[in-house]
Amino acid sequence: MITLTIDGIKVQAEEGETILQAAKRAGIRIPTLCYLEGLSPRGACRLCLVEIRNWGGRLVPSCATPVQEGLEVVANSPRLRELRRTILEMIFAERNHICAFCVSNGHCELQDLAMELGMDHVRFPYRWPLLFVDLSHEKYGIDHNRCVLCGRCVRACSEVEGAMTWGFSNRGIFTLVEADLGDPWGKSTTCTGCGKCVQACPTGALFEKGKATSEQVKKPEIILEVTERRPRV
Amino acid sequence: MSKLRVATVWFSGCSGCHMSFLDLDERLLEFAERAELVFSPIADIKEFPENVDVVLIEGAVGNTEHLRELLEIRKKAKILVAFGDCAVTGNVPSLRNPLPREEVLRTVYAKDDPPGLEEGEVPKFLPRALPLSAVVPVDFFLPGCPPPADRIWKFLRPVLLGQKPELSGPDLKFG
Repeated sequence: MITLTIDGIKVQAEEGETILQAAKRAGIRIPTLCYLEGLSPRGACRLCLVEIRNWGGRLVPSCATPVQEGLEVVANSPRLRELRRTILEMIFAERNHICAFCVSNGHCELQDLAMELGMDHVRFPYRWPLLFVDLSHEKYGIDHNRCVLCGRCVRACSEVEGAMTWGFSNRGIFTLVEADLGDPWGKSTTCTGCGKCVQACPTGALFEKGKATSEQVKKPEIILEVTERRPRV
Repeated sequence: MSKLRVATVWFSGCSGCHMSFLDLDERLLEFAERAELVFSPIADIKEFPENVDVVLIEGAVGNTEHLRELLEIRKKAKILVAFGDCAVTGNVPSLRNPLPREEVLRTVYAKDDPPGLEEGEVPKFLPRALPLSAVVPVDFFLPGCPPPADRIWKFLRPVLLGQKPELSGPDLKFG
């Protein structure tokens, strides 16, 4: 067992566990977005940043940092709150996240984080990029305006379904989640239509067709359920 | 005690925030006791007056008239509140922002000589619908599409009593 402190509380953890897992068990809340139980951690969104006191205050993503003996972790502080809010504002400014008419309005992890972190407005200039909506799939749609590039769909598709339909194209703010090699989703020869990507998606970027504003409730927890049922090799 | 001078303004929005304001129902009586509505789309007053204590502005800044008025209002009002999602983020009016201004006007209104393309009877359409804070300093943000009446009251009541309003958690929900 490894002993570390998080926000001054002594926490015990198994070797190989992450700071986020240890904090969760100790009942210490760390906001996350790209992290989803059942999928490998990615450290893509940086919302789960924590400060390591005995590493000179270095910031690390708690979802992807293994616990170590004697770590002094700060999970919640005014500095971290401000950093997390700033990160969130950059995510909002990057694409066209308009909650009012989103299928996921009221059931969205991004929207919930804005409330949790006290984001009453975005202090950065919005980019308002011209992005498209792909409705070529029989059952589902993808709206790139609402994508936060967390990669939960990409990981659910490869790690759980094993189809590897989704991937990233381009770089930085121009990154897009794409099916196969950029084909319309409906033309994909690898997509099994299982919908795990839709359930894993934290926002209204991936949705079931026929859902109107506020109607899209996601079940991201099915990813963990499915993976837990599998026999361990 | 003299009454607080309150104004409400309607820019590029659907008036839903003002409807929600009217949903204050019997609380409007308390509002009327403590405040005087000195300018509002629901009151027939043409000029934005001087010495306004609090102004609630609904809607994004969509055209040159909004822009001119907002700059004037900022000078005349002590506390400027972005009232609802359009004023806070751009919201629905900002849907047009990724598209060229001229293409939007020609597609939606008229192929030839659409109103708003140039300054005229209809004010010139700005290239982008902007949140208020992109133009002037904003003192408070009251999100929601529209903000529910309870949230408006939670914000407005302390203001009427000369206290600092604080919204947090679910009261900051966009959409």
